[in-house]
Amino acid sequence: MKSQLEQIKQTAINMLQEIQDATELDAWRVKYLGKKGELTALLKQMGKLSADERPVMGQLANEVRETLTNSMEEWKKSIEESMLNARLTHETVDVTIPGKKTAIGHQHPMYIVLDEIKGIFVGMGFESLDGPEIELAEYNFDRLNAEEGHPSRDWSDTFYFDQDSRVMLRSQTSPMQIRAMETRTLPIRIISPGRVYRKDEVDATHSPMFHQVEGLVVDKGITMADLKGTLNTVVEKLYGEGTKTRFRPHHFPFTEPSCEMDVQCHKCSGVGCPTCKYEGWIELLGAGMVHPKVLEGCGIDTNVYSGWAFGIGLERTAMRRFKIADLRLIFENDIRFLEQF
Amino acid sequence: MLLSRKWLNEFVTIDADDRTFAEEMTLSGSKVEATEDLGIEIQNVVVGKITSLQKHSNSDKLWICQIDIGEDSPVQIVTGAQNINENDLVPVAKDGSKLPGNIEIKANELRGEMSYGMLCSIAELNLTTGDFPEAVEDGIFILNQIPCEIGQDIREVIGSLDKVVEFEITPNRPDCLSVIGLAREASATFNKELNLHTPVVNGGGNGDIFSLLDVDVPAEDLCPRYTARMVHNVKVEPSPQWMRERLRASGVRPINNIVDITNYVMLEYGQPMHAFDYRYVKGGKIIVRHATEGETLTTLDGTVRSLHQTDLVIADETRAVGLAGIMGGENSEIMDDTIDVVFESANFNGTAVRKTALSLGMRTEASAKFEKGLDILNTLPAINRACELVELLQAGEVLDGVIDILNYVPNPTQLELQPNKINSLLGTQIETKTMCDILTSLGFTVEGELVTVPSWRGDVMHYSDLAEEVARFYGYNHIPTTSMRGETTQGGFSPKELLEKELGSICRSMGYNEIITYSFISPTYYDKILLNADSPLRNSIKIMNPLGEDTSIMRTTVLPSMLEILAKNYNYRNKNVLLYEMGRTYFAKEDGLADEPKVLCLGAFGDDMDFFTLKGAVECILETLRIKNVKFVANTTNPSYHPGRCANMLIDDKVIGVLGEIHPTVAKNYNVDTALYCAEIPFDSILQNLGGIPQYAPLPKYPSMSRDIALLVDKKTTVGALETCITQSAGDLLKQVTLFDIYVDENLPKDTKSIAFNLLFRSDNRSLTSQEADDEIANILQSLTTEFNATLR
Repeated sequence: MKSQLEQIKQTAINMLQEIQDATELDAWRVKYLGKKGELTALLKQMGKLSADERPVMGQLANEVRETLTNSMEEWKKSIEESMLNARLTHETVDVTIPGKKTAIGHQHPMYIVLDEIKGIFVGMGFESLDGPEIELAEYNFDRLNAEEGHPSRDWSDTFYFDQDSRVMLRSQTSPMQIRAMETRTLPIRIISPGRVYRKDEVDATHSPMFHQVEGLVVDKGITMADLKGTLNTVVEKLYGEGTKTRFRPHHFPFTEPSCEMDVQCHKCSGVGCPTCKYEGWIELLGAGMVHPKVLEGCGIDTNVYSGWAFGIGLERTAMRRFKIADLRLIFENDIRFLEQF
Repeated sequence: MLLSRKWLNEFVTIDADDRTFAEEMTLSGSKVEATEDLGIEIQNVVVGKITSLQKHSNSDKLWICQIDIGEDSPVQIVTGAQNINENDLVPVAKDGSKLPGNIEIKANELRGEMSYGMLCSIAELNLTTGDFPEAVEDGIFILNQIPCEIGQDIREVIGSLDKVVEFEITPNRPDCLSVIGLAREASATFNKELNLHTPVVNGGGNGDIFSLLDVDVPAEDLCPRYTARMVHNVKVEPSPQWMRERLRASGVRPINNIVDITNYVMLEYGQPMHAFDYRYVKGGKIIVRHATEGETLTTLDGTVRSLHQTDLVIADETRAVGLAGIMGGENSEIMDDTIDVVFESANFNGTAVRKTALSLGMRTEASAKFEKGLDILNTLPAINRACELVELLQAGEVLDGVIDILNYVPNPTQLELQPNKINSLLGTQIETKTMCDILTSLGFTVEGELVTVPSWRGDVMHYSDLAEEVARFYGYNHIPTTSMRGETTQGGFSPKELLEKELGSICRSMGYNEIITYSFISPTYYDKILLNADSPLRNSIKIMNPLGEDTSIMRTTVLPSMLEILAKNYNYRNKNVLLYEMGRTYFAKEDGLADEPKVLCLGAFGDDMDFFTLKGAVECILETLRIKNVKFVANTTNPSYHPGRCANMLIDDKVIGVLGEIHPTVAKNYNVDTALYCAEIPFDSILQNLGGIPQYAPLPKYPSMSRDIALLVDKKTTVGALETCITQSAGDLLKQVTLFDIYVDENLPKDTKSIAFNLLFRSDNRSLTSQEADDEIANILQSLTTEFNATLR
């Protein structure tokens, strides 16, 4: 009987090596280890053995069963593994085939820049305000110190809705300075983006409609040093840390002192190149200390309060940022253009 | 403003290189736009003397010249020029030289003879006979009459060894539209002494100005000052080379000595001047008066101008002879035979000059200066300078005496110097002495705390103006940079802006691209979108002075703008175009201003687009913003949309928007041959119906039962009506109704269609039995049968 057991064990293990899939393995299991299998059949003959032999054979038979069971488990594992490997190999794809995209729309480049600027100022405690585009000349000009006779008030420069030049399409976002000072409590920190209009024929750098962001701060003890500090921070956020700036004297009727802010040319680092017209600097925005007359016109005591304001053209900023050569593209709205941003 | 560095150096010696000069001037407030090196295009061109001239043996027209150019041996040049002689001095472009227009001159062989260069005409040196009247147009530029030496760089000879700096002068600084004004700025910028010159006029000409000329200024308000002098026995001829060079460098064309003098003084002093031929000043009387309505004057440019009463003219007793501050009249122009000249140096009201110039469409150098407001005290030095130049040029005999009508004597502006206030505005600690030094260097007088503003600085009226002067020369870039202190403010976006941001991101997530369109449109656009003749949307606010018809009214609807962009993209052959804009519309208010509501507009076309795709997008927007209970109701009357494919969106019977396919006729009006789809949803209706913060509903604990029903109904029955009926007739157990099929077929009974829904039933507190779902279905079917005569298929 012992030799029979050895025989079964040897044959079963040999057979096992031939097995390639789960079905065959199951058949093997039934054949050798099943209730009607060879091992069980042999064990049924145990009764014929002597009482001395029985426990010895019993142990041996158990050992054989255990060996076969273990071998089977091992073999099963290895078969599964190779099947999995085969499947994985079979399922391999060409990862260079283009993906199945969901069409995502694009924000207009001008608004991308506007959102960036808004985000920076809002983070600095500025509130964003909206204002009317159809505006009184009083707000757009008079109260901003551009009195009757100022060239920008000409019908050749500004769009009007009445013969008396009283109502107009705002030519700048600056009237929002007055509206903010009229309606809000001090201190004021606001920005106000929006459309503005000037009577320019359309060309590569001009459009009768464009966008600006106005900013205004009025508080106790506000200085030109604050103006510089704040705008420098903004520029660093917009163009990266360490971006160099400079401030140049300029003229706006409603600020005094007035300035323009330049950023160092990113292309040549100030050496001079075609991008910066060999100046090394690129004009970014206009700013200045709010003219005391403008503050006083809004009932603000200039002995206690002072302020600064700035205005930035968005199309130009977007054009510079995205290297857009022609302003007309901004209003053309060709999706082949829009989809680039 | 173009400034010759040579001219500048007459008043202040600045040896800074181009870049430094430009940068420093820019940083002190005189912005340099460009610097032009007048001679940069000319290289290796020198004065040569023709030592011998021989006919070329192989040509009738060519000459072989030997030319002394101051080097060891003469150079041989072959030329076809016929106006040269031995011993002539000529410009010689040597082998390897450069001429304007990027022309390079190299030695070459001409019919067997070597030519080591070229002789130049004035044109080849970028000059005209206006610059050098002694030269000829066709032929070599003979230098015999021009001071020069053999071997001398030609740029020195023709005055092109100069740099011209172009400044952008802000409108508040008309004083800087002059060499002297910029010299003053340069002197303060570079801390160099300013050497101004007081004109000296010898006079003594034969005659008495007071008996020859009478000036009357009835239009006092428009002419605060009128100064005149006379010159007798003028010799009208070209002005000398140095003067022509400076005019040319400043962008002014030389004409003759008298006219050139007036232009020279205008450039130097910033005071426009005019010269009349005395012969044509009838009655020896100059009258500065308003024009009479319809009065005409032929100006120097040969144009007949019809004038208005608001225009100011210089007239004699009978007629106008000049347009004050803008341009002289042809009838009193300086001619070659002019004998007596009247110089005018006046101060005219800037606004009046500007208005006249504008209405006549003739902005001149003079009017551009006057309109900014000039220094009233400048007329006298300027006219004296002109007379001094007449004497220097020996162009005539200046009469003694000056007629000077001063209608308005300005008081100098005096301001208190408030160093503390200036420092606290700038955020600096500049010493009072530094402030005084800066102001003094600019011509201000400082006595104690009293600052007297010079007459040419009409822009300085306030302590903040003084602060700017101090800051400019202290250096804007030396002002420290600080963070704002003070009360903390709460920044943020308005609800409208937040909505705009969210709407934008929803639209983009669905593939829509953002566009920007003009707020003004053409009135014809309303016809293009088939707006009814009596539509209130046609009441647009009109621009009085539009750029053109196309941009002449403020839009009351964003639809035409969107259609225009769709059409453009269609023309570009772009496929599958999805666009959105959040654009304003404009409606007149009683106070003359406007309501400017924003509208979200979607626009689309392409293979994947149809009514339901667009509706799906709109539904996504509504759902994301949690706008509930929106009904879509067919709108057959919107003229811009397809009558069978247009819906209004309603909440509580109030229209909150419209969507649909654009009417094919409208599309055709835009030359588009495919179906266009648009949706318009005003911001206000979105804002008013925004859903609140979502409230969590527990997830289902019990399984749901699903039932499909296919209904046979009359073909006019709408899905919406069936859905409403199903929802209303079902109990709480019905959780979801989903349309999954619409079927129309010949095999169905006539005028019917089949509509199939999937219904989902679920209870929140138990597992439903099949029977319960079937009971629900039976109820629903009964209602459907009653209401729509629907049968189960």
